[in-house]
Amino acid sequence: MHLSREEEEALQGERGETLRKAMEILVALGDIYGADRLIPVRSVQVAGVSFKTIGEAGLEWISDLQGKVVVPSVLNPAGMDLSRWREMKIDEKFANKQIEIVDAYRRLGISPDCTCTPYQIRPDSARRGDHLAWSESSAVSFANSVIGAKTNREGGPSALAAALVGKTPRYGYHLEENRVPTHKISVEADLEASDFGLLGYIVGREVGEGVPRFTFRRRPKVYELKALGAAMAASGSVALYRFEEDAPAAPKGTEEITVTESDIEAVREENGADDDVDIVAVGCPHSSQQELENLARLLDGKKVKREFWICTARGVAERCPRLVEKIEGSGAKVFCDTCMVVSPASDRYEKMMVNSGKALAYVPGLCKIKAAYGSAEECVKVATGKAAARRVS
Amino acid sequence: MEISCHRISSGKASGPALVSKETISFLGTVDPDTGKVVDPKHQLFGKFVGGKVLIFPGGKGSTVGSYVIYQLAKRGVAPAAMINIRSEPIVAVGAIISGIPLVDGVSEEILSLEDGVLVTVDADGEWVKIDGV
Repeated sequence: MHLSREEEEALQGERGETLRKAMEILVALGDIYGADRLIPVRSVQVAGVSFKTIGEAGLEWISDLQGKVVVPSVLNPAGMDLSRWREMKIDEKFANKQIEIVDAYRRLGISPDCTCTPYQIRPDSARRGDHLAWSESSAVSFANSVIGAKTNREGGPSALAAALVGKTPRYGYHLEENRVPTHKISVEADLEASDFGLLGYIVGREVGEGVPRFTFRRRPKVYELKALGAAMAASGSVALYRFEEDAPAAPKGTEEITVTESDIEAVREENGADDDVDIVAVGCPHSSQQELENLARLLDGKKVKREFWICTARGVAERCPRLVEKIEGSGAKVFCDTCMVVSPASDRYEKMMVNSGKALAYVPGLCKIKAAYGSAEECVKVATGKAAARRVS
Repeated sequence: MEISCHRISSGKASGPALVSKETISFLGTVDPDTGKVVDPKHQLFGKFVGGKVLIFPGGKGSTVGSYVIYQLAKRGVAPAAMINIRSEPIVAVGAIISGIPLVDGVSEEILSLEDGVLVTVDADGEWVKIDGV
């Protein structure tokens, strides 16, 4: 890999030990993936935040680093709401460790915004054509596919290295040749909003790491694309999908997959809610203001009978305090900085109902509890329904 | 015998070889406090990686594995050096943040080496020396 003189000096340790290690990480990854050089990034989103995920080992590493990031950087969701963790019944020991982690990142100059949707709180952090070093799989998918920015799916240390250096090795999704569709997905169904998570859940399992190119009957809305991409990144490892009419065509001979209404219905049926649901959680990826408005409308005049979490970014919640107040008037809880997938608070329930294909894919494995799927409307219905949930149709 | 290799993480160290023909997921396979291989399904089950030159095809599994390597290093129970056939990001990043020499690009024959043979890894010089072979 070609390095500028400045980069070479940093690699030799002339700018301190932290920067030397950061450069060494970027160069090693560049070598492994065949990058020709480093390129500047506009912003960074760093994974490896929840104490549940990174443990003592990760905390020690971050705490030992010295230095400051040189590009705007935010964090992935933490294991708890950083101020309302007691309401989540997080124990004190975990909370202290979690706060230590976020503080350690803050000392490096990273903003303590813990969200999987940095684009919802900082729209200028990613624009069409920008190179980024983002970590969280749904954020990566959204940046690549909906915004038209370019990012690989970074691990915690490689994202942090990119933030400290301001650059990332040029390989993978930074190169146009890797952004060409590998699968054609023909969606032969009239999709409702809540079908997109299930569609993603199905397609992710089929295409793995591929780049699916969708043909829809109608143009999906932004929040539907957010749900679609998140689910594909969880059930598979899709970091980029194409849906625009002017997207590059799939090469001749590309595998074609048809998804019909009955395929989606089958997954919906298989994962329907039942009496065992003891918690309902939405906001995976983090709810937008628009999604909060919808939930407030659905919850209007109702009281929740079951634990009901709505996860969002602190930046979104703070922008609309009255909306949050209105939602919480129903007894639902709007938690920031965290989500049902990464928080250990989920582990003490039996069965979680979600409206997210991503959460449906991850909750059973990561939280070791059962998961059920429904639309936002159905989630509200179950959360506010009688003590025993009946199967909702 | 001296063989050439490709530097991933800088440094130079020697130690007795510990060889695995299987890839290693550090998270869940190696105990971060003791360096003992605790996964009963792994070829190295019951062995300790501390101070060894750990030779294995490459890493796999959770990216948290990088931090596990760091924790091993801080406890003083990390491998002295590591040799891969082909490094992947989890082990590469783990070695770098921990200051453990790591090289790759050696022939698969190295996986037939006997445990305990003294091996020296010079990542910066891009060579591996195997005693008595």
